[in-house]
Amino acid sequence: MKMEGKMAETPTQENDAYEEVSGSSMLIKALAREKVDVIFGYPGGAILPTYDEIYKTGIRHILARHEQGAIHAAEGYARVSGKPGVCVVTSGPGATNVVTGIADAMIDSLPLVVITGQVATSVIGTDAFQEADVVGVTMPITKHNFQVREVSDLPRVIKEAFHIATTGRPGPVLIDLPKDVSVASGIFNYDEEVDLPGYHPTFVPNKLQLKKLQDAVNQAEKPVILAGAGVLHAGGAAELLEYAETQKIPVASTLLGLGAFPGQHELSLGMAGMHGTYTANMALHESDLLISIGARFDDRVTGNLKHFAPTAQIAHIDVDPAEIGKVVETQIPVVGDAREALKGLLEKSESRGDFSAWRKYLHELQTEYPLWYHKDEETIKPQRLIEDIFTATDGEAVVTTDVGQHQMWAAQYYHFNKPNRWVTSGGLGTMGFGFPSAIGAQFAEPETPVVAVIGDAGFQMTAQEMSILQELNLPVKIVLVNNASLGMVRQWQQLFYEERYSNSLFPIQPDFVKMAEAYNIKGEKVEDPSKVKEALQEALAHNGPVLLDVRVTADENVYPMIAPGKGHQEMEGIKP
Amino acid sequence: MKRTITATVTNTSGVMNRITGLFARRNFNIESITVGVTENPDVSRMTFVVNVDNHRGLDQVIKQLNKQVDVLKVRDITDESIVARELALIKVVAAPQHRAEIEAVASPFRASLIDVGRESVTVQVTGDQDKVEAMIDLLKPYGIKELARTGVTAFKRSTKKTTIDHPRYSVIN
Ligand SMILES: Cc1ncc(C[n+]2csc(CCOP(=O)(O)OP(=O)(O)O)c2C)c(N)n1
Repeated sequence: MKMEGKMAETPTQENDAYEEVSGSSMLIKALAREKVDVIFGYPGGAILPTYDEIYKTGIRHILARHEQGAIHAAEGYARVSGKPGVCVVTSGPGATNVVTGIADAMIDSLPLVVITGQVATSVIGTDAFQEADVVGVTMPITKHNFQVREVSDLPRVIKEAFHIATTGRPGPVLIDLPKDVSVASGIFNYDEEVDLPGYHPTFVPNKLQLKKLQDAVNQAEKPVILAGAGVLHAGGAAELLEYAETQKIPVASTLLGLGAFPGQHELSLGMAGMHGTYTANMALHESDLLISIGARFDDRVTGNLKHFAPTAQIAHIDVDPAEIGKVVETQIPVVGDAREALKGLLEKSESRGDFSAWRKYLHELQTEYPLWYHKDEETIKPQRLIEDIFTATDGEAVVTTDVGQHQMWAAQYYHFNKPNRWVTSGGLGTMGFGFPSAIGAQFAEPETPVVAVIGDAGFQMTAQEMSILQELNLPVKIVLVNNASLGMVRQWQQLFYEERYSNSLFPIQPDFVKMAEAYNIKGEKVEDPSKVKEALQEALAHNGPVLLDVRVTADENVYPMIAPGKGHQEMEGIKP
Repeated sequence: MKRTITATVTNTSGVMNRITGLFARRNFNIESITVGVTENPDVSRMTFVVNVDNHRGLDQVIKQLNKQVDVLKVRDITDESIVARELALIKVVAAPQHRAEIEAVASPFRASLIDVGRESVTVQVTGDQDKVEAMIDLLKPYGIKELARTGVTAFKRSTKKTTIDHPRYSVIN
């Protein structure tokens, strides 16, 4: 990836300790110490001292066109790189504009450090210009947050923020920085060890619990692993592969866990849950030992809890003890890092059960009830489009999505064989996430093709970030899955509201190609099914950003599906 | 079931907000919270009386509290040997001729009349929740004009008690 524009080197950490410097200078020095190579943000009054420092030091800053774009970019960066995403915005409206992204990062466990400007301490509480109680607003949607009242606390707070964001279960941490604190001066000491007596996440799991789990595996007949994003956060995909292969246990994955286990592996059952595969859901339903690794039994995964895994013992490995037993009664809890747990299990995994009958049964289900759709030559089938993207990218791309039907099709048909190639908003289901998160992903993986698979509705929520592509010639490929509607809403209205399409069909749409061209981005409308492959190949070969406005079958629905209130055994729309 | 939980927390600004917000958003049913500084000025102790449906509910309360960075230690002390006290101020309708009677009702509870007006008296009672409730029940027939309760604060006893408390009407502790 070539990126033009001024992009000076990140300042080095030489001689930065124990000088008397301003708060904003401390901040930039601390970011350098944390090896932050890119900040996503947007300036404004209360954060101006920090922006002055950004100007002076030349630390790389990406100017979004809306703060929501900045924070979703930071999320995409974090998801793909595993490093904390950093987002800097001003007080009041700047800060409230990142609230959605913070909530999104919280529920999907993405490490972020968000710095918000704040009015001066002397006027906090007086409804000063652009004052908002950001610490109060974000308290329930951050892993932790701080307001810095004394410049002398700033280095410690930043260090703690990075520590909290990236250890244990990752999450967003917010630092509210009053303007006077950022101009006050003090000693920059970044060498103290983090000392948080109330924060000691368990990393290495208890050996006895692991033994219990392995004993249960040895005794089971129908074990299944449910792999969640916790495996990815822990960097444990290789260990999961090794463990599943040595034990020959089939693996289902959550939406966010896609890529934690190779999607086309013979032990892979695909995605579980509302729009998961029939086999993955039936495996959970009929299993006698369900091993959840870094997954939190979200309701979109479990369906109706009354029918969830009725015959299974539940084993749950999670770095966050509060997730264990939260929604599902758990017999074998294992608190700790997923990778450490898998390493521990691998040490104990000599004796093996024989699950061949179980695998054979599941394999038959897979053959009989694969994912399917009505092929048609007249229209561009959205499922087919995703398959074509898979082929065109050799399955090597980073794929980001927005929220809706296209998201489910991408999850179903882009067989994620590698970890950290999948960026989607799972827990919060945030429309507007997909495109800016692709920008962040491209910063994390400059050499990898990044394809943003986006609905025509969701794209319009954060389309302004095309400015970043234009400015930096960032080669993100936007594929609009254009069904001229709020597809997922339309589907629900069709299925559950007797086809009363309230506000879900677009009477008019912008000319997306012209929109792209307005940003000097190559745009192309694709309507002919026979032209899809070619268009994708050209887009991928193009040295720069591309937007493809792909007109897909308008009334296509996502299947199979567990309707709300139903259990895994009640999937509808499986292959007849 | 009703459980008494104590937590020590770092004395940072907003910590109370953090904890009460947590209870509200997690749908925990809370009966009372008390908070005050401990022997260490950087640490506060909070005491919660919560109502939970079952053990998993209780487990969640404790785990979610523990998850807070500002929370140092959480304990469910319900089944332990503890000292738990609450203070209540009860303003009772009392014509002058009833005062002596009220005093007589209050005295086995070691409650005291801390304010006397023309039409009412204010009784102060300290004890565990059952005792405070018993006192309130006994004063109800006179007409309670105002009631203020602090909620329970508690910690573990230094030595285990050998006999079990029967904190009913008769026992005054
Ligand atoms: C911010 C936000 N608002 C509303 C929704 C509810 N919602 C979920 S999917 C959807 C439709 C998305 O339409 P589009 O982006 O075109 O994608 P499609 O489903 O058609 O693939 C809506 C409105 C949401 N998830 N997020």
